[in-house]
Amino acid sequence: MYDVIVVGGGVIGGLILRELTKYNLRVCLVEKANDVCMGQSKANSGIVHAGYDAKTGTQKAKFNLLGNRMMEKVAQELGVKYSNIGSLVVAFSEEECSALQTLKERGEKNGVSGLRILDREELHRMEENISSEAVAALYAPTGGIVCPYSLTVAAVGNAMDNGADLHLLFEVEKIEKTENGLTVSAKDGRALQGKTLVNCAGIKSGEIAAMVGDEINVNGRKGEYILLDRESGGFVKHTLFFAPTEKGKGILISPTVDGNVLLGPTAEEVDDGNTETSGAGIETVMEKARKMCKNVPFFNTITSFAGTRAYAAEHDFILRESERTEGVFHCAGIESPGLTAAPAIAEHVVKNLLSTRLKLEKNKNFSPYRKADYFFKDLSREEKNELIKKDPSYGKIVCRCEGITEGEIRRAVRENPPALDTDAVKRRTRAGMGRCQGGFCQSQVMEIIAQERGVALEEVTKKGKNSYIIRGRTK
Amino acid sequence: MKNSYEIVVIGGGPAGLAAAIAAYDNGAKSVLVLEREEGLGGILNQCIHNGFGLARFKESLSGPEYAERFIAELKKREIEVLTGTTVLSVSPEKTVVALNAENGEFSVQAKAVILAMGCRERSKGALNIAGTRPAGLFSAGAAQKFVNIKGYMPGQKVVILGSGDIGLIMARRMTLEGAKVLAVFDIMPYSSGLKRNVVQCLEDFGIPLYLNHTIVKIEGEERVSAIVAAEVDENRKPIAGTEKRFECDTVLFSVGLIPENELSKSAGVPLSPLTKGAIVYQNRETLVSGVFACGNVLQVHDLVDFVSEEAEIAGKAAAEYVRFGESEKEPIDCVNGGGVSYVLPQKIDKRAQGKIKLFFRVRERAENCSIVVRCGEEEIARRKKRVVAPGEMETFILTEEQIKKAVKEITVSLEK
Amino acid sequence: MEIKRLVCVECPVGCEIEVAIENGAIQSIKGNSCPRGYKYAQEEVIAPKRIVTTTVRAENGKLVPVKTSGGVLKDEIFAVMEKINAVRVKTPVLVGQTLVKEIAEGVDLVATATIG
Repeated sequence: MYDVIVVGGGVIGGLILRELTKYNLRVCLVEKANDVCMGQSKANSGIVHAGYDAKTGTQKAKFNLLGNRMMEKVAQELGVKYSNIGSLVVAFSEEECSALQTLKERGEKNGVSGLRILDREELHRMEENISSEAVAALYAPTGGIVCPYSLTVAAVGNAMDNGADLHLLFEVEKIEKTENGLTVSAKDGRALQGKTLVNCAGIKSGEIAAMVGDEINVNGRKGEYILLDRESGGFVKHTLFFAPTEKGKGILISPTVDGNVLLGPTAEEVDDGNTETSGAGIETVMEKARKMCKNVPFFNTITSFAGTRAYAAEHDFILRESERTEGVFHCAGIESPGLTAAPAIAEHVVKNLLSTRLKLEKNKNFSPYRKADYFFKDLSREEKNELIKKDPSYGKIVCRCEGITEGEIRRAVRENPPALDTDAVKRRTRAGMGRCQGGFCQSQVMEIIAQERGVALEEVTKKGKNSYIIRGRTK
Repeated sequence: MKNSYEIVVIGGGPAGLAAAIAAYDNGAKSVLVLEREEGLGGILNQCIHNGFGLARFKESLSGPEYAERFIAELKKREIEVLTGTTVLSVSPEKTVVALNAENGEFSVQAKAVILAMGCRERSKGALNIAGTRPAGLFSAGAAQKFVNIKGYMPGQKVVILGSGDIGLIMARRMTLEGAKVLAVFDIMPYSSGLKRNVVQCLEDFGIPLYLNHTIVKIEGEERVSAIVAAEVDENRKPIAGTEKRFECDTVLFSVGLIPENELSKSAGVPLSPLTKGAIVYQNRETLVSGVFACGNVLQVHDLVDFVSEEAEIAGKAAAEYVRFGESEKEPIDCVNGGGVSYVLPQKIDKRAQGKIKLFFRVRERAENCSIVVRCGEEEIARRKKRVVAPGEMETFILTEEQIKKAVKEITVSLEK
Repeated sequence: MEIKRLVCVECPVGCEIEVAIENGAIQSIKGNSCPRGYKYAQEEVIAPKRIVTTTVRAENGKLVPVKTSGGVLKDEIFAVMEKINAVRVKTPVLVGQTLVKEIAEGVDLVATATIG
């Protein structure tokens, strides 16, 4: 019997799970995919928003600000790359300049510090590649970037290190009230007992809510992105947003914590978790990027991808207990700035919501730290050679584009939460994420996974289930 | 392993092997070859088809056979080799930092460095194809490695985008191993592969080649289940209404090769935007003194025989650099004119001795045309060609006399 | 008179060869630039042959790249592939080593790499 069953292995579920392990509770996370972070937490902009966007007084405004203040510490504890690069909302006309003013005032009301309007000259000094049409910008020094999938993986890993369980490929089909709590059943017949449940199922959170008799309307909006090679790193220094106009928000251009440049997203209504890219979507991203910056180095495109953001009809975070089923809590409609807000949401859900149904008693053995998810190439020569002496597999580069060693890949397969497929290895180590997109290293990564898990090479998948990579041996 | 060498060769594929041998034979006393794979030979090891070495050995060899000949030669000489060793950086001062399991991270100092890292395949990601991102999408070279080295089949119902040589070779290879290759698409109006490969890899097996076609959509969540191909117009944009759907479980991408110049950049070597490789003199010295480049890291070759030839030029020049020091040069530029997409070398030292072979590619297929070499306005050489195509590298030999006479930049162009 | 147009596959030049045939006999061969091309054209119009390159499995699971020592009739390629796929060899194998005598009429199966 678990005290809490968290449904959904995204950044919200992951951070809630971690928050729960700070107390003496038996907790687990169930995830329908073969790895955590397979939904919207995987494919988003990775922005730590300053907090001027959300309407004052909303849940979004509140948790954005709190989350922004917590992110650096959480990232540091979990060994996740975070960078406080600041953001710029760029105006291209007089009308947009007044929008900047409105944003600034709203931000200040929301409690955001350091907001400042930059004139043309200062803006162009700060961003040399910005379009010559740009006339002013709102500068938010507290804006930042974080790696959303590292954060999610590390949060779940840290929670597991502190005793939480993870059930993968567990697609919830039914939630039934029992005498002492709930029975949560998966499509494959597995069932778990829990006293309480937290619904963090993202695009599926409406379906989960329906299983306990609640009606939450969750819709999806698809966003397409283009990712540029690290060779274009430094093309922009801050996260660049368009000023909001009646026509919508436009895209952003931002450095990523790994030194790439991210362009996007578009916004297209979709019914489900559809993450197909479309020719038109990519065109839109390119067109808008060209408006923002001069000479965008599209020739350095590594890949394009899409993610779905789930949002609720009211366009605010839904954080509350079920109206029908006691002990079930919903975290739904966590759209932007959900990533920023995640640490604050996690704390709120545990301390203020779950505490009404469970006794929270501090876990004295809780360690907030996860061994920093170091990248071998960032170590000093002495540190590298020390590591290689202990484990020679660190002396072998597998992913040549990103400089990732065999040792790092083995570690990703071994440590919590274990990487079971090649995409999972990619999210943890970046092997296969570089300019060759795994062309060189995929077979080696597969061999390492197969060895570490003791399975045949044919059984190694790209992302679980039926995503097998090879079909049997020749002859 | 020592701390310093006269010459360090980065890469033990065909270019590195030939360069190391030539360097040694031209008097280099200590030569070190660094190779990241466990064995020498580079990409030749997975190119088990034949057709290599016709120019050099007057024999049709398979890739591994071609490599073995050079490996055997290398072993006869006192050339040091470290395999399983990845070079992490090369400084302009020619300090090479490398990593392997036995020595950890270490530095070696070279008097001259030969860059021979080869090239990599352009990835599908760069194409921005619409649709899903399932398993079953491979670069042709990655699929080749699975089939020929690892002994696994990527899939059974295959389509291939790109009719370059690797795409064509893989169409045959997959077919021989029992897969069904449904179609090969090329966005261009011609195959960028060798004609012989179109014949013996596609026509022999009745595999259709769709020219002026590209893949516009990929379907399938977990494993690829189908693709949609469409015809393209003269601007290479898909024409609405021409879409055709192919159910398949595998897509191979053979959409171009890119010289792998990350290390060249760390050494401060200026690159040509046309070749994506280093700008070099006729002796394959880059603009960084004592750093040489050869093979596919410099320009993507069609034939390994030319790689070996180019590597020998670089190896010899590196040995001379070590013996005689930096040479004073009297450079003239060598540039591409109309109809030609690049010329290599980009710089010729007028003091150089002997003939110089220019390598270049044309922009478009043409028939009954002439290759014209000019020095400034003045025509200095001309040769008639029945057919030229971008897929087939062209060469032109300039005599020492022609070079000595040159006063202005040399231009190579294609004229009707 | 019938004219057959071929692209020679003997080397990368890819000569376009025209073969004139009358009553099943070759009258003329034009367009080749070497004797290999001439021989290719002669064969190609009557009984086309190809060298088959593939791999065989060693008993230890490794792959050995192989080729046929000469051309195999085009129509028999898949039959030969089946025979090759059934072969199991013991390592070490040396480059040039004959692995199977007469894998097809008049041709042997030869290793094209040294595999330890």
